[in-house]
Amino acid sequence: MKFNRRSFIKGAATSSAIAAASAIFPGISFADWTKQEGASGMITWKKAPCRFCGTGCGVLIGVSGDRAVAVKGDPNCSVNKGLCCVKGYHSVQALYGKDRLTKAQVRRNGAMVEVPIKEALDIIAARMKETIARHGKDAVAMYGSGQWTIPDGYVASKLFKGCLGTNNLEANARLCMASAVTGFMTSFGLDEPMGCYEDIDHANVFVTWGNNMAEMHPVLFSRMLANRKRRNNVEIIDLATRTTRTSQAADKAILFRPQTDLAVANAICYEIIHNKWVNQDFLNNHVSFHKGKTNIGYGTEDHFAFTDTEEAISFADYQKFLEDYTPEKVEKISGVSARDIKYLASLYGDPTKKVTSFWCMGMNQHTRGTWIQNLVYNIHLLTGKISTPGNSPFSLTGQPSACGTVREVGTLTHALPHGVVTNDHDREMAAKIWEVPVSNIDPKPTYHTVEMFRALDRGDIKFMWIQVTNPMVTMPNLNRYRNGVLKDDRFIVVSEVYPTPTTDIADVILPAAMWVEQEGMFGNSERRTQHFARIVPPPGEAMSDTWQLIEVARRLGFEKQFPWSEDEHIGKIWEEYRRFHEGPKHNMAPYTVLLERPGVMWPFVDGKETRWRFNPKHDPACTNGKDFDFYGKKDNKAWIWARPYEPAAEAPDAEYNFWLNTGRVIEHFHTGSMTRRIPILHQAMPSSYVELNPEDAADLGVVNGEMVKIISRRGAVTMPASINGRGVPPRGMVFVPFFDDSYLINEVTLDAFCPISKQPDYKKCAVRLEKA
Amino acid sequence: MPIFSYLVIPTTGAIDQLYDELTAIPWCEVMVAENKEIIILVTDTPDAVTETELQKQLKELPSLQSMSMTFGHNDDNQPGKPRGDYEV
Repeated sequence: MKFNRRSFIKGAATSSAIAAASAIFPGISFADWTKQEGASGMITWKKAPCRFCGTGCGVLIGVSGDRAVAVKGDPNCSVNKGLCCVKGYHSVQALYGKDRLTKAQVRRNGAMVEVPIKEALDIIAARMKETIARHGKDAVAMYGSGQWTIPDGYVASKLFKGCLGTNNLEANARLCMASAVTGFMTSFGLDEPMGCYEDIDHANVFVTWGNNMAEMHPVLFSRMLANRKRRNNVEIIDLATRTTRTSQAADKAILFRPQTDLAVANAICYEIIHNKWVNQDFLNNHVSFHKGKTNIGYGTEDHFAFTDTEEAISFADYQKFLEDYTPEKVEKISGVSARDIKYLASLYGDPTKKVTSFWCMGMNQHTRGTWIQNLVYNIHLLTGKISTPGNSPFSLTGQPSACGTVREVGTLTHALPHGVVTNDHDREMAAKIWEVPVSNIDPKPTYHTVEMFRALDRGDIKFMWIQVTNPMVTMPNLNRYRNGVLKDDRFIVVSEVYPTPTTDIADVILPAAMWVEQEGMFGNSERRTQHFARIVPPPGEAMSDTWQLIEVARRLGFEKQFPWSEDEHIGKIWEEYRRFHEGPKHNMAPYTVLLERPGVMWPFVDGKETRWRFNPKHDPACTNGKDFDFYGKKDNKAWIWARPYEPAAEAPDAEYNFWLNTGRVIEHFHTGSMTRRIPILHQAMPSSYVELNPEDAADLGVVNGEMVKIISRRGAVTMPASINGRGVPPRGMVFVPFFDDSYLINEVTLDAFCPISKQPDYKKCAVRLEKA
Repeated sequence: MPIFSYLVIPTTGAIDQLYDELTAIPWCEVMVAENKEIIILVTDTPDAVTETELQKQLKELPSLQSMSMTFGHNDDNQPGKPRGDYEV
């Protein structure tokens, strides 16, 4: 952009004045953007949620002319109260990487050529029509994202489920939080946490279950640390499979063997009952006991199918089930000492302590992901430590709108914006709001994410449109799925902001507007919906994902369902979507309210947010007249499940003798396609590495920085060693961050998943190491 | 063609009046602190004569208690020619 010289000097003049004011008046803030609108040469500040994790920090974006030039934390946002992490503070630089995609591209004779975006949209619509005509509606698919805005996901659902009539709609949140959903649904009958971040300001004990919050949710972690410093009765327990920055900051760090968190959770429950720490009154009034199938498999084969069954059991049955999980028995399974298990149980069991459990990918990306969620809920339900300030089992998310777009809008094969496709009433509601015949909506789910890519490999799916995600880096057992998409008669559309390994395999690339280059909403981990305006224009012909979908829908003949003008479509879409959630259990805030605030929690009833669900002091949906109302289940109770420990899908053996664990680092968001374009973050963490235990490294004869080959039954990657770095795995485990597409660690991982949630386990497979 | 910035302190209770008066002057751009009674004023005048008149006008504002200069620039006092517009 052109930047006038005098404007630049005036910007310097303003900066000098702000610096002087800050020195003279510590804490002074110039965030009142409304009085600066239209002030040429000045910075205008506009609110938005950060887009680099699921925390939902409010940021103020400084705009000069048409360019975002600065970021600061929004002091009015209750999530972060003015603080950001390193990604948030540098977030706007991700808009301005030199290789932004600004024009549409189409593959012709093997090479990508630039075309006007309207031509690319014509090609997409024509190809969809042709594919449906030749192969049927279930030959086309859409794969979206927890980084989709809520309107993005909503129009995708309306187009694919309501208009085209296929349930071939999935989102990458299947890879990050599907187990959280099935955990909530099986234990409470409703999705998403009952508590909120305010729990951090009330809890005395925090237990992080396989959750490196110090790096993955640093703003929330700092809030925990601030509470520990301010109050003298707060402690943090880190329960993990490797030592991380979170372990180092915790008051106590406990390591367990991979997958054995199931046994540890059961042992805590055994100990709570054994010591009579059960909250009997809560249990009698609000809990029922259940068991499901066991030996449920791992989903590594095509067409794997599983349906759980529920059987009611008694408290005595549950007690008997737990006899296999005495602390002493579980010490042998998990490596956690009986003493530490008893200590954990004593914290949960102490009626004077408020306990919050946090977890994220460690429990979600787990072949028994649903079960481990159930088991942690069991602990909170036995002790009645739930739905009150500070007592909270809290599932965190990794993407800015995994909750808002995927869980609430329902952009998964089985789901609708309200309910599921298998339910007659839910289909009828969707058909009425969408103004389509109810027969359009297929009552049978098709493919979850892993199976969708298997279907693409097999040829059952011929066309896939991918938006805001990078599956050619993130799919487990990646070699199979990359080979699948490259087969001759597959047609792949990718909407993206930068070139990635996924745009490399595309037949059409659509340049997408990113974050605040479009209007939209995200939904964070605490049920908070956050609106952001179009603050700066997108580059070139880049277009929002919402508008891309609307343009294609109209070309397919669905003008009636997508009638909105470009100026007002987001507000109209939001008000249509809200109709799905009317009522005290899930009411969403009106568009006009979202415009004004840094975020609004649902259920939003009579102008008030609901901070603690199922608690009549806070939740207007409670109607049973008791001190809690778990209204998600038909028996109005929360369910305790007897779920056993079962081993991982693949464990180290004589040939492949190490566990492979994968994850993230603080500097980069997911596959790094945006944060690696931010110079300071890229320089801070330029490439990936494999963390080794120092003794394993010595046995292998490698020192820091030397190359190590990681080999599994599916693939191999050679990368530099990190020894005694930021994280340290125990002996027999290696850890690899997946942000760096120079080292595709998912060529090594296994595509096993939780049979209930269908979420893959990226934390456990077997590998061997060679010095390269 | 001078450009200056100032920290401006209003007389007690007159920040809104001062804001209105400053924004009504053609050569002035203002930014108000949200948690202190402070205004940042940036002035950009075309020549020395206008600058002198502006200074006089500012001093006569009843709602303005004091001004502290934080930045000053004058093209007429700079060595060489300005480079003009450039890409950032």
